[in-house]
Amino acid sequence: MLKGLLKSPAFLLGAGLFLLTLVIAFVAPLFMTFDAKTRVGLAYLAPSGAHWLGTDHLGLDMVSRLVAGLRSSLYVGFLAGIVATIVGTLIGVYGGYKGGFLDDLLTAFTNLFLVIPQLILLILLSASLQEGRSRTLIALIIGFTGWTWSARAVRAQASSLRSRDHVSLARVNGYGTLGIVLLHILPYLLSYIFMVFILQTAIAILSEATISLLGLGPYDSVSLGTILNDAIKSEALLDGAWWAFFPPMILVTVIAFSLYVVNTAMEGVFNPRLRK
Amino acid sequence: MLKENPTLRHILGRAGWYFLTFLVAVTLNFLLPRLGDANPVDVVMAKVSGNLDAKTAKEKEEGYLKEFGLVEVDASGKIVRDAAGKPVKASIVSQFGNYVGMSLRGEFGTSIHQYPKKASEIIKTALPWTIALQLPTIIFGWIIGNVLGALAAYKRGIFDRGFYPLALLASAVPAFCFGILLVYVFAIRLEWFPPTGGYSEGLTQSFSWDFIRSASYYYVLPFLAIFIPVVGGQAIGMRSMCIYELGTDYVKYAKLLGVKESKILYYMFRNAMLPQLTGLALALGAMVGGSLIAEIVFSYPGLGLTILTAIQGNDYAVITGTTLLLTVCVLVANFSVDVLIGFLDPRVAAGIARSE
Repeated sequence: MLKGLLKSPAFLLGAGLFLLTLVIAFVAPLFMTFDAKTRVGLAYLAPSGAHWLGTDHLGLDMVSRLVAGLRSSLYVGFLAGIVATIVGTLIGVYGGYKGGFLDDLLTAFTNLFLVIPQLILLILLSASLQEGRSRTLIALIIGFTGWTWSARAVRAQASSLRSRDHVSLARVNGYGTLGIVLLHILPYLLSYIFMVFILQTAIAILSEATISLLGLGPYDSVSLGTILNDAIKSEALLDGAWWAFFPPMILVTVIAFSLYVVNTAMEGVFNPRLRK
Repeated sequence: MLKENPTLRHILGRAGWYFLTFLVAVTLNFLLPRLGDANPVDVVMAKVSGNLDAKTAKEKEEGYLKEFGLVEVDASGKIVRDAAGKPVKASIVSQFGNYVGMSLRGEFGTSIHQYPKKASEIIKTALPWTIALQLPTIIFGWIIGNVLGALAAYKRGIFDRGFYPLALLASAVPAFCFGILLVYVFAIRLEWFPPTGGYSEGLTQSFSWDFIRSASYYYVLPFLAIFIPVVGGQAIGMRSMCIYELGTDYVKYAKLLGVKESKILYYMFRNAMLPQLTGLALALGAMVGGSLIAEIVFSYPGLGLTILTAIQGNDYAVITGTTLLLTVCVLVANFSVDVLIGFLDPRVAAGIARSE
């Protein structure tokens, strides 16, 4: 399967783009110094040799802010993605395998939170948290409000495995629910769960950017969303200071796009009917 | 009667389900803002008490406490006081009762930011703008996206190879980013369209020809910012759905029988459409959320801007009022899609229970 993936140009493109953002965020700071806290000049200086993307509304170096923001956004994305995937997988696998009344109950619960817009829950929660809004807390909030997609997707897969021979055999041999789910259902879903995780991470990064844009972002750090919020609040758009909003926008889009491409490429490899 | 009419049974069942969802949403709307330490009245008082003397400040605080339903009130509308003359705090249960009663009457309290305007009044002026922008855009985007997706799946070849990556990109670009791009290119650089607002500043809101012309001119960019991501996302879903349908036995068999191509396309489209409709019902919440942020980029006079201003000014009554109303709108839209499914899905008419 890995061989199939490495042959897919779409997968290589997506994975390559995503790796590039990881390099900018985590490898580049090892070789260069990025200082996102010291003023280097006037506000909204145009890009120059010393400051590749100019300065922001406070006169801070834009490139340094972007690197710091990218790290926060990726951190929030991964943490929220992990939380959402774990919660969703647990609910989905359990309901899908058990079936019956419990499954109906969990499905109803999932659909309920699928219908209520996540943004609304995020706004209410982060508005009530006020000063306590740390980066980690934001990630947890996003994760615990965004698990519904994975629960739905994983449930469908798990319930299709329920009546397979090897699962029935395990049941006859006296395995408990936990044993069957862990040993006979989850291993078959691993690649699928990984795809779900990729999508959840992409959605989480977009969610963070969205609530930060509303001014409800983390207090303790810069993220791509808070950079955008600063740019919009200080009307960089109307001033034509493109370097204040295009770079964070492009980074958010590149991350989401690359993860989407990786996801669809994997779907194509795992589900040959789509390939042809 | 219900036994004879499965479609009606489906619709009533869904109505019950959405009512349940509504109750949960109302409860969340009540509970979530109370999770943090910040009491809305404290937040308000911190803002207004600075330039008031102690007595007025106290009166004001008690007024707010009453309005938010945070203190016990007797039959004549006076605040119940304990022996020391302090207002008696309402229990969380009676707070909830007050809150539900207020919401049902369409009251969300008084705005702090635009005192003494009622929150419901502020929301009422913004709501038509959001509905006028989002409803046609999402419906239209959904239709175009599905047609293009089906075409890409059917034609394959060069059309698909050019269209698919574009659709993928369009679906990955968040609506607000797309909005910023459009404002920069078409409003700031080219100056073809106005960058912000919903109509020319000199005009008042009315149904005059001038106003409608101005509003449609301001409509173009926000429309595109929401429309294009919706088209991209729907086209991708429809494309893979149609590729799946094209590989099924009934299509192969129909082809072998020499059934007309347009007829096969019709069947394929119909079958692939239903999951897409269900998908629309489930994605509506996310779409509305995304479009709301796009409204902000354009300073469109809708609910997006309302909620942004409310968040910046800690305008508690307006925030919770807007979120509740938005949830209701999304639920109503969802229910409409479900009713539509009831009429279109032959399985519903045949009385075969759907799992969801």
